[in-house]
This record gives sequence, C-alpha cells and structure tokens, in this order.
Amino acid sequence: MPIHDQGYRRYGGDKARGRAWLVIVSTGVRAMLGNRRWIVLMAVSWIQFLVRAVQFYIAANFSQANILNPTAATFRDFFDKQDIFVFIMTVMLGSSLIAQDRRANALQIYLSKPLTRAEYIFGKLGILMTFLLLITWLPAVLLLVVEVMFAGTSGLAFLRANVYLFPAITVFALVEVVMVSTSMLALSSLSTNSRFVGILYAALIFFSNALYGVLRAVTGSSVVSWVSFGNNLAQVGDMIFRVPLRYQTPWPVSLLMIVALVGLSALILERRVRGVEIVA
Amino acid sequence: MSEGDAVVSLENVTVLYGRSNRALNDITTTFARGAVGLLGPNGAGKSTMIKSLLGFVVPTHGRMRVLGLDVATSPVEIRARIGYMPENDAHIPGLNAVSFVGYCGELAGLPRADAIQRAHEVLFYVGLGEARYRNVETYSTGMKQRIKLAQALVHDPDLLFLDEPTNGMDPRGRDEMLELVRDLAHNKGVSLILSSHLLPDVEYTCDHVVVMDKGRVATAGPIEALKQPRGRVYELRVKTPGDLETFFDRLRAAGMDCHSTDDDIVRVFVPGDGGARQLFQLAAAERVQVRHLRPSVPTLEDVFAHAVGEA
Repeated sequence: MPIHDQGYRRYGGDKARGRAWLVIVSTGVRAMLGNRRWIVLMAVSWIQFLVRAVQFYIAANFSQANILNPTAATFRDFFDKQDIFVFIMTVMLGSSLIAQDRRANALQIYLSKPLTRAEYIFGKLGILMTFLLLITWLPAVLLLVVEVMFAGTSGLAFLRANVYLFPAITVFALVEVVMVSTSMLALSSLSTNSRFVGILYAALIFFSNALYGVLRAVTGSSVVSWVSFGNNLAQVGDMIFRVPLRYQTPWPVSLLMIVALVGLSALILERRVRGVEIVA
Repeated sequence: MSEGDAVVSLENVTVLYGRSNRALNDITTTFARGAVGLLGPNGAGKSTMIKSLLGFVVPTHGRMRVLGLDVATSPVEIRARIGYMPENDAHIPGLNAVSFVGYCGELAGLPRADAIQRAHEVLFYVGLGEARYRNVETYSTGMKQRIKLAQALVHDPDLLFLDEPTNGMDPRGRDEMLELVRDLAHNKGVSLILSSHLLPDVEYTCDHVVVMDKGRVATAGPIEALKQPRGRVYELRVKTPGDLETFFDRLRAAGMDCHSTDDDIVRVFVPGDGGARQLFQLAAAERVQVRHLRPSVPTLEDVFAHAVGEA
C-alpha cells in the first residue's frame, strides 16, 4: 500500500481573491531575475548612479570641485542618461509580455481563471514597470539620500532648497514608466512575434524623432516637437524638474500627447486582450 | 430536470458572429450534475457554448447560469469554481510543468505553497509525474493534453469544461485520458461537461448528453433513456446491384433512419412496431440481397444520427 496516495484529492484550503495581478507580477519578476543577461543589464544600468555618487562625494569633500555640486538639473540629466537603458529594457522585456502569451494561446488559460482582463493587463504592466522603476526612480531617490549623507548639513540645506525634488523624481519616473510600459504592452498585444514588436517599437521611436527633425528643418521652429514621443516626455520632464524647457511647444500640449498615447494604448489593450479571437 | 439540479442552464441564448452567422440559435437547455457530453459535428456550436459560459463570448440574447451564478454578472466568481481545458494547444511559455500548473493554481487564488503541492499531485494524477520538471514546450501532443487537464484541475474546481480532451492522442493515451475523465466524474465528485465529436468518448465517460447541430440543441437527456428503443435497430450486411444510396433513400422514405458503418454493413432504425419483415420487403423491391440481419442494441451513435437527422 502506498505511503501517500497520489490520486486526485479535493482541496480544503482557502482561496484568495483579487491578487492574481500580483501573482503575475511576482512570477514575471522572479523569472527575469533568473536570467543572467538581464541581471548584467540591470547592473550596467546602475553605473551612472555610481558615477553620480562619486561626483557628489567629490563635490562635498573637495572645495575646488564646486562645479560638481548637484542641482535640480543634475537629477533631470540623470533621467535623460537613463533613457537608453529604459529603451533597451522595454524592448527586451516588454515586447514579449503579451506577444508570447498570444503565440502560446495562454490568454485562454489566464482568462479562464478568476481574474479580469484588467487584472491581467495590470499584472503584465507591473512586471515591466517594476524593472523600469528600479533603474529610474530608485537610483534617483538614492542619489538624494547619498547627497544628504555625503554633504551633511549643506546636503540638508540642498534638500530644503529643493524640497520639490523627491515629488518631481517620483512623478516624472511614473509618467515615463507608465507611458513607455503601456505603449509597449499595446504593441505587444498586436502580434505573436516579440521580435517584430521590438522592431516596431524602435521604429516608432526613431520615426517620430526623424519626423520632428524634418519638420524642424522645414519650419525652423521647435514648436512641432509634439510629434516625437521622446520630445514630449523630455518637455514634461523639464517642467516637472523646473528647468528651462528645451522646446517651444507648450508643455500642456506635450502632456496631452502623452495622455493621448496612454489612452490609445489602453484602447488597443482593451480590444486585443480577450479569451477568444473572433474572426466573423 | 429542474434548474436547481442543473450545474449549467441556458435560456434562449443566441450568439451571433458578424451580423448573420448564428453560432448559437436561441438555445434553452440544462446540464445535469455529473458527466454530461456535449456532442455535435464540427461547427455545431459546442466550443462557442463553452466560451460563452466562460464569459469569453458575450451572447446577443439570452441568459446563462453556471453553478447558480449568472454569467453576465458574476463571471469571476464562476471562473473561481470551474476548470477549463481548451481545445487547442495552450500553455504559459517558458515554464516547466510544475511551475506552469502551480502558477495556474496561484492565479486561481491558492497560496503559493499549496499551489505547488497540488501541482505535484495533479501532475502525478494525470500521468506526468516523471516529466514534471520538463519545459512544457518540449511535450508531445498527448502530454500537452494531459497538462491542460492538470492546469484545469489544480484549484479543485466544482465543474470542469473539457473541450475535445482526446484530440491528437494515440489510442493508449486516449484510453488513459478517458479513464481520468470517468474517474473524476464518478469517483471524485467533479461535475464535467465534455465537448466532443467522438461518440465513443462521450458514451464511455458520460451519463447525460446534449446533442447539438447547427447552433441548436437537437436532443438532450440521460444517455440510457435516449438509447431506449422507440422502435428496433437492425444491423444488416447487404449486397446491392447498384448504388447503396438508392436503397437508403427507399428506407428513409419508409420513415427509417439508416447509416452505413462499413462498406456493406448498415444500421437501420425501424420506428414503431415495424420489424425485419418490412426491411426484407423493401430490400426485395430494390433487388438488394440481405446476406445477414440481426437485431442490434441501440448505441449513442443511433441517438446522434437520429437527433442530427431530425434537427
């Protein structure tokens, strides 16, 4: 007689409700943390943080290096420099998030479980957003802490003079991550080929930038910067960090374009994430 | 059967694909507790009905209840209590079997430790115990069928929707799958709806059947009751000078149902009290030699042929 009957047994435990999106996030994050190349990319993306930390240390300890003292523009510049890693990570991770599920017919599996389409989308968004915040918001906030630690009282004075910096870092990181994640997720839902999705995303970014370059050359004005996804984000970022705006486009227009892009992405996701695809 | 005894009920449900393609056409039926077969030829509307019950497809008209809950208002509550084994190949990419099934358990609300424990249990139950650490993408078709059953079972549903569970399986694997389905329904207290176009699968595993054809319910009820003869079934071996279809036409004109099961073997349902004499007379009239005739026990195939012929 077997010690343990391996036949089917009924389950007597409790079942939680409404945390399926969290399960999707945690499983996705765990899966990525098991990928060595991903870990290397994460580590490389923190190099700028280390460089800035050294800069803050030198500025705090060597009076000859006053030129290195941080300002609000330093933090704004930090985000600008991180953009390349945001782009690479979004293409590497985001392109496959829904495309692979569509290729393997996994949506039927997900949506036959007690979770809504919105929970599925939030779960998938959560995976990408977690990693993007880990390379934008977290190092930026840690830089603030580092500044206070290295500079002591003058660091506290810097913090008091720039009390808006923490909210600015948080708001801008969220705007950037939400815009990038929703647009990539929407593209990922359009195809079953993640490589194609990655190329499409890159092409859209580069095309919108190229279009801006052409329009600027023709009109001689940067007021048309709203045609570029990246420029809209940069313009809104400058406004949030209270640094001089780099384009002539009014920032509310740029913000409106970002909201429109997120709205369009949500609309695409609503139409594409379904348990069954009906071709009438 | 009252609606209270039913695990699933549909009232005047219509599903339209496009403007005019009625996948389900004003269906009203119930599914009893236990194992119910959902039979029908390809395109009859079986999968559409299951997808409607899961909330994937929204009917243009009608009301559906699953386990006493309204599909339109409580889809998530319903999906917490059901398991779904889809017809086509479906898995979550990049995971081995234990991780996949455990993940499905977690999605259904099980704590992580319980989900992993039950994943191991159901994988042994469906016969994938030895292969449970292999990536699902490397599985054969038969193994993929089994893991789809495992993911549907991991959270211990009260009702299972099985859409063509033996598709693509070899004969031995098919028998094992049918044994599992039968065991679940008859020994483990799980109600299930088995959608299939394979009559032997349904006859072996199910107690009740709903036969569909062209988006409508052709007949429904307990299989044994449907098999009760309202006439007599004969199995004939015949030799015809011409086309067998001419003989069939003659039999149908006389109110009989007939279909050939082999080259020269014909099953004929003779309604009412009509018997072999009537058959011999019709055969003689068509110059058909009846070389063998024996009364036969009605099978689900007869029920199906009769129902679909009438629909």
